[in-house]
Amino acid sequence: MNARAGDLVTCKPDRLLMHDNAAAITDKVAKDMAEFGIADPEQPVIVLDHVIPASDEKTATSHRKIREFVKKYGIKHFFDIGTGICHQVMVEKGLILPGMLAVGSDSHTCSYGAVNSFATGIDRTEAASLLLTGETWFKVPESIRITLHGRLPEMVSAKDLILTIIGKIGADGADYCSVEFWGDIAGLTIDDRFTIANMGVEMGAKNAVFPVDEVTKGYLQEIGVNRITWNPEWADDGATYRQELTWNLGEVVPALAVPHKVDKYKPVTELAGMEIQQCLIGTCTNGRASDLAVAAKILCGKKVSPSTRLLILPASRAELEEALDAGDVEALITAGAVLLPPGCGPCLGAHQGCLAPGEKCISTSNRNFKGRMGCKDAEIYLASPATVAATALTGKITDPREVA
Amino acid sequence: MRIWAYGDDINTDMLFPGKYTYTCAKPDEIKPHLLEDLDPEFAKAVQPGDIVFAGKNFGCGSSREQPVVGLKAVGIEEIVARSYARIFYRAAINQGLLLVECPEAVAAYQPGMPVHLNLKESSITVGTQTYKFPTLPPEILAIRDAGGLLEYTRARLRARAGTK
Repeated sequence: MNARAGDLVTCKPDRLLMHDNAAAITDKVAKDMAEFGIADPEQPVIVLDHVIPASDEKTATSHRKIREFVKKYGIKHFFDIGTGICHQVMVEKGLILPGMLAVGSDSHTCSYGAVNSFATGIDRTEAASLLLTGETWFKVPESIRITLHGRLPEMVSAKDLILTIIGKIGADGADYCSVEFWGDIAGLTIDDRFTIANMGVEMGAKNAVFPVDEVTKGYLQEIGVNRITWNPEWADDGATYRQELTWNLGEVVPALAVPHKVDKYKPVTELAGMEIQQCLIGTCTNGRASDLAVAAKILCGKKVSPSTRLLILPASRAELEEALDAGDVEALITAGAVLLPPGCGPCLGAHQGCLAPGEKCISTSNRNFKGRMGCKDAEIYLASPATVAATALTGKITDPREVA
Repeated sequence: MRIWAYGDDINTDMLFPGKYTYTCAKPDEIKPHLLEDLDPEFAKAVQPGDIVFAGKNFGCGSSREQPVVGLKAVGIEEIVARSYARIFYRAAINQGLLLVECPEAVAAYQPGMPVHLNLKESSITVGTQTYKFPTLPPEILAIRDAGGLLEYTRARLRARAGTK
């Protein structure tokens, strides 16, 4: 497509993601769907993940309505509770491929930039309209180019990197922009890239995207995707950027985002020793087997401090199975962790691990907004799986380099 | 008319807590929880015709549309801010809510100052100063003018069916 930044274009996205909110979305257009039908039963992907298993009659009824809708309209891609968090499921099931255009009624849809997709969040009303027409409008975004140099140090992860980047750029620094990652990305796994792209929206980005390289190809092969089925996209030669930034990975240190904004960066060392009542490892940001492995290595043969509690929230059944096979789940449970079903759990404060007034939680999730975990008088500190695991061990914010 | 003024980076969790996202979708269910964790007085005292003022990046965070649906339902027709987060911006267009992006007006506003919006002129007067604000492109204005995205889509589908 020959379009320039600022142009308005109408496109048919390859995918339309919905989750538990598919109940409210389909409610809006139930009559219209009966009259006009739906545009394309292969475009929507529905994953039940936000409040699973249902927490009450209301959420149970929503889930039932969604299952009925899926059956009635022959929705091809539906994943019931326990499959995993929608964004993880989209990628690991091969429903998102390089070069695809995806929209989702969830702000973390930008995660799929990890595998070179242009993916962005929309609201419920727009998702409802897409069910009817299959298409929507886009404003072609300006781009920000972030070039990475070197390698991350031991016990420093992609999460520390993205928290550092957001701290520098700010919560609105990439508003409306497509953020491209260039340079020494070969050392970043698909899991690392997922963590980074997932948090693109926390600096306002429309999309956060990596190029296709050997790492991407290896991952796609692993999940059984054939080379001929995808067409990667990358910046044109001579592309212009609104902003260009470079990062020396070797200088990144264990990071925190402190209450109540994701761009409130602090190095872990600055708050070391602060007492923490709940530790959460998981979510779509950091709930993969590789994240659980980092935590298990720190906690294996030891015990979670009695002054805190540790919740494990795997990103998907497949990731949970991998962590089970590796013995990491056993190590975490033996250490005293509480295993939650693969889903969104306490991340959005609807159930499973809400906080009490005055409590502090350290979490690998992507938002530390006031009230996010169900209580406006609690505090959330965002960190890497290593930092959260080290903190679970001591009950106080702990630099993972000190317990490794 | 009352002005409700807030700061920078007001996220959608503050505008409508996530814990209600999967149990409240209808305007009447949303209204009592609007801005609950930001300003508990808002839901009790807001009146039709009031205006919300805010700093930069208003509506950042989750894609939930309850803040927009709720603000429309209580009679807020316009928000004036330095800038908006993009999903919120689209959600406002989709619900027919006018977002005025005017950093100068926000900077000039002090509590108690009279505020007047002139939609025809795309201008806003704060105190004695008048500022112009950018309008939406015609393609996008058509969505808002239809009363929101679903009304716009329905009209297109009916037109398409009629010409078959």
